[in-house]
Amino acid sequence: MAWLSLLADYTMRNVVLGSALLGAVSGALGCFAVLRRQGLLGDTLAHAALPGIALAYLLTGQRALPVLLAGAALSGWLGTAALIYLSRATRIKEDSALGIVLSVSFAVGVVLLTFINRQPQARAVGLERFLLGQAAALTADQVELMALLSAGVLIVLVLGYKEFALLAFDAPFAASLGWNTTALSLLLTTLIVITVVVGLQAVGVVLMASLLIAPAVAARQWTDRLHLMVWLAAAFGAISGVMGAWLSASDRGIPTGPVVVLVLSAITVVSLVVRRVRAWLARRAAKGEAER
Amino acid sequence: MKDDCAQSHSDHGFAIVADDVTVTYRDRPAVQDVDLRIPPGRLAAIIGPNGAGKSTLMKALLGLVPLAAGQVSIFGQPVARQRRRIGYVPQRSSVDWDFPATALDVVMMGTYGQLGWLKRPGPRERKLAMQCLDAVGMTAFADRQIGQLSGGQQQRVFLARALAQQADVYFLDEPFVGVDAVTEKAIVELLRALRDQGKTVVVVHHDLDSAPEYFDWLVLLNVRLIACGDFRQVFTIANLRRTYGGAMTASIRHFEWLELEKHQTSAPIS
Repeated sequence: MAWLSLLADYTMRNVVLGSALLGAVSGALGCFAVLRRQGLLGDTLAHAALPGIALAYLLTGQRALPVLLAGAALSGWLGTAALIYLSRATRIKEDSALGIVLSVSFAVGVVLLTFINRQPQARAVGLERFLLGQAAALTADQVELMALLSAGVLIVLVLGYKEFALLAFDAPFAASLGWNTTALSLLLTTLIVITVVVGLQAVGVVLMASLLIAPAVAARQWTDRLHLMVWLAAAFGAISGVMGAWLSASDRGIPTGPVVVLVLSAITVVSLVVRRVRAWLARRAAKGEAER
Repeated sequence: MKDDCAQSHSDHGFAIVADDVTVTYRDRPAVQDVDLRIPPGRLAAIIGPNGAGKSTLMKALLGLVPLAAGQVSIFGQPVARQRRRIGYVPQRSSVDWDFPATALDVVMMGTYGQLGWLKRPGPRERKLAMQCLDAVGMTAFADRQIGQLSGGQQQRVFLARALAQQADVYFLDEPFVGVDAVTEKAIVELLRALRDQGKTVVVVHHDLDSAPEYFDWLVLLNVRLIACGDFRQVFTIANLRRTYGGAMTASIRHFEWLELEKHQTSAPIS
């Protein structure tokens, strides 16, 4: 069994575990982003992280993961600030603001990457793998860092579940209870920034958003209860994370991101079809009952 | 016109007091220089034409929008210190009813204010939520996903959530929009019951025809305060004309006609 021998390998086991945890956290967190109609926020933040990674390398000359991730988080945050400014202080609507920040920061990131690649030691840097993700290239240290950050996000999410749920459903009501909804909303965005940053090396800038959006959309098709939806989305995310890491590791040429997205898309399509079929069956049963 | 709402030295004993409240949206005043007073144990309506700032005024009273000027107090204290005495029913259209929650889940949210941070609702909150669902006649729908409820049923769920807040002052934003006649009657009955328990209820309302039957205190608003006070004293044609300006609605004309008829029929009797 090929996959068992893969798991026996210590590094590979780490990679699979790291990807599973990342998938679970982004799946759970993604539910709140999707329910707040902020699915594309994750996409924009992921793209906004790219120039931060490149700049962190250019400024420090280091390619240690913590340094690069700090750069990514910082520029992800700047992207958030730009978003808030654009949609509040100008007449630009939120969807347009998301598009502007996404494309501008991605453009800056690609230009910086090209510049880095012109340098003599470019081959050794390998920043391109942040574009599409290369989970197999993760080292044990890096997986450890990912696990630590993911666990932190998960703990905050579990502690603030009730608050995030009400914020997503009815923010004005939450505010009328005296809750600081601006701070809560910023906290949720910060969690998304951290998750996106954690996932960058594994899944890549371009496709990271699907790891936030698709599990939530698929999970919503199976249940009408939020807590079940969060659990299911976490499971879907974990499954696709593992599949992505495993497939990309078995053949080093395949980037992880696209594999994860394809697995997730399959789960989502099946979920949508099953929901349709169940609704149709329910309607037929109701009709049959009425005729009887 | 000097009315019951002007600033005075005897603000003690009012449930809600607003002084010089101004709220601006993009440099344009949505609500300007509003002084109002609502005594406890009243069922009050905020009435005015579209764009008069009714919802904005309600949000200002609730402390949900920043005030460009003025201040609001609830039972003599700033709103921020009276959160637990306030219940709120936002406009039904302000939330996404496709949200994965049951009617009971939504009503439980009403207990979150008393529950405090990080604590999860338990059996006690659940019991309270079921009682509130019962009060609006929705017990049978407790486990129904909220998107599968009719407009009237959704409004009842929202009202039950406010009941679960166990407040002293209730704010309802357009609770009768898009609800069936039976629900409207049920809601009015509930609001009257709350008032009779000594609670203060403030409702943003836009139907002039039903207003006299429902309310006993009136705030007429068109960006500025037109009048405020005991319903029967404030609900006059002159005040309505000033509120609605040139945009005379059919309602007002209908109302004038009724008043005319009243004079004609009442003459021979008296």
